[in-house]
Amino acid sequence: MNESNDIAISVRNLTKMFGAFIAVDHISFDVKRGEIFGFLGANGAGKTTAMRMLCGLSYPTSGDGFVAGCDINTQAEGIKRRIGYMSQKFSLYGDLTVMENLRLFATVYGMSDKKISEVSTDLFKNLEMENMRDTLVKDIPVGWRQKLAFATATIHSPEIVFLDEPTGGVDPITRRRFWELIYKASSDGMTVFVTTHYLDEAEYCNRVSIMVDGRISALDTPQTLKKKYNATTMDEVFRIVAKDAKRGD
Amino acid sequence: MINPRILKALLRKEVALMRRNPIIPKIVLLMPVMVMLVIPLVANLDVKSVNVAVVDNDRSQLSCRVISDMEHSDILTIMSVSGSHNEAMQYVENGTADVLLTIPVNYEKQVSDGDAAIDIEANGVNAIKGMLGARYVSQSVMETLVSWQRENGILIRYPESSVINRYNPTLNFRNYMIPALMVVLLIIICGFLPALNLVSEKESGTIEAMNVTPVSRLTFVLSKLIPFWIIALLVVTVGMIVGRLVYGLAPVGSIGAIYLATILFGLVMSGLGVLIANRSSTMLQSIFVMFAFIMIFQLMSGLFTPIRSMPQWAQYFTYAIPPRYFIEIIRSVYLKGTTIIELWQQYAALAGFATAILLLAALTYKKQS
Repeated sequence: MNESNDIAISVRNLTKMFGAFIAVDHISFDVKRGEIFGFLGANGAGKTTAMRMLCGLSYPTSGDGFVAGCDINTQAEGIKRRIGYMSQKFSLYGDLTVMENLRLFATVYGMSDKKISEVSTDLFKNLEMENMRDTLVKDIPVGWRQKLAFATATIHSPEIVFLDEPTGGVDPITRRRFWELIYKASSDGMTVFVTTHYLDEAEYCNRVSIMVDGRISALDTPQTLKKKYNATTMDEVFRIVAKDAKRGD
Repeated sequence: MINPRILKALLRKEVALMRRNPIIPKIVLLMPVMVMLVIPLVANLDVKSVNVAVVDNDRSQLSCRVISDMEHSDILTIMSVSGSHNEAMQYVENGTADVLLTIPVNYEKQVSDGDAAIDIEANGVNAIKGMLGARYVSQSVMETLVSWQRENGILIRYPESSVINRYNPTLNFRNYMIPALMVVLLIIICGFLPALNLVSEKESGTIEAMNVTPVSRLTFVLSKLIPFWIIALLVVTVGMIVGRLVYGLAPVGSIGAIYLATILFGLVMSGLGVLIANRSSTMLQSIFVMFAFIMIFQLMSGLFTPIRSMPQWAQYFTYAIPPRYFIEIIRSVYLKGTTIIELWQQYAALAGFATAILLLAALTYKKQS
């Protein structure tokens, strides 16, 4: 399945069941290397569950897939060496400083101390966070925390970065900045797999998939999707595709 | 399996988080000090005063002598001397008297004939006080009889027996309590803190950030255990200092023997904490499960009641309770000065438990669900 080097993620019939409940129902798709892939869906559609399987946090009930060349059924730890993951829930240590968090995760990913200090200097400059190095993470504003979480997830230059609703609860200007970071990572060759609720963000993606009730109901570039559903915005596309959704709110 | 660089980074994180926690550093330092200062004074099984009600049916010289000798003792206090058993019984019933002594009619004559019996009844509601009180009273009567017989030239029929309490010469309950309290502190601090620490990472979601990294399970679990070795050593050190300065009780044996046992037992308890945390998704769950273990550990490990007085099946069961071995080590080293070599079986048992629990904790820690 992983015959081509241009494919970063490839899954076939990926399924996750919790008891009788089918959270993810036989989804299949490919993500190209270097692509920004938007993973859309209403609450409860199964986005996070699918993403957790791709990251090696959750065992698939059935189906196959490769992420960064590793089998999701047997090589979860191999996947973890090659990806970065930013959870929906803010998951840095609030009682550690910005630098301590960065250093911790970078070390766990096997970066040398020298490399960490080189990378972090550039990183703080890019994030405009030079004056926050020694501030406890719990004391910095939400928007900055999200940027820091992104930086932590990508400090080791992973092949793929998974972002689970990275801009939840963030103001429009900070969101815009955040997407600049995503573009920069993508232009450096990183594959970006991102879930979001904000339909305007879907326009920034190279391709988007829309999940409804555990299945992928639409998958294409934003332009093609808009043409196909005769809509002017992704928001309209989403309303048309997800109108029959039974799950979620 | 274990990457030293990653382990070091994780340990640095644990130490920083612990230091910045508003409560934990205080608990780790203050709790041992407070417990060691207060509990030995209040939790005391020594019986220092026993109230006696006497029924004197003899009213002879000897019976008066028995009563007055008791009045002169430091521990015994005569609450009443009456002629009727019912009257004296009332003192026991309303709690003023702990022991009831009945001197039978013609007691003095019977003693002279060498065939005398005296009745002692103890209030068993407070079992320890009743038991010890009865013993003090019979001892006092015995002493009176011995000197009375000697003075009157009667053949001594009551053999004198003397008891020496080795290793705790004054039978001071504190000497028994102080090592036990250190064990209790270790059980609580090293059992609860790692469990709560790990579950709080689950609740805050930081554990997921760790699970999605390539960190090995053993490395991560070790980073949760090692800080509590240090805390365990700290707790025992504080305990020994307070024991020495305040109660004048220093370990007879080597401190190294105590530290070695503490490291092994700290690993057992914190491993158990991680094991429970692996299976709990909320703090509430982990606290309740831990409490169940701690109850059994405290009540069945020989901490407060001797294992030999348990039913046979329970005695077998205690072999499966790790604190049993730790308590044996601490008490023997503290009070008797036993060496590590003499206690090798206990150390080996603790080491076995420690290894098994560490492996189990690492195996049950799931990075993928």
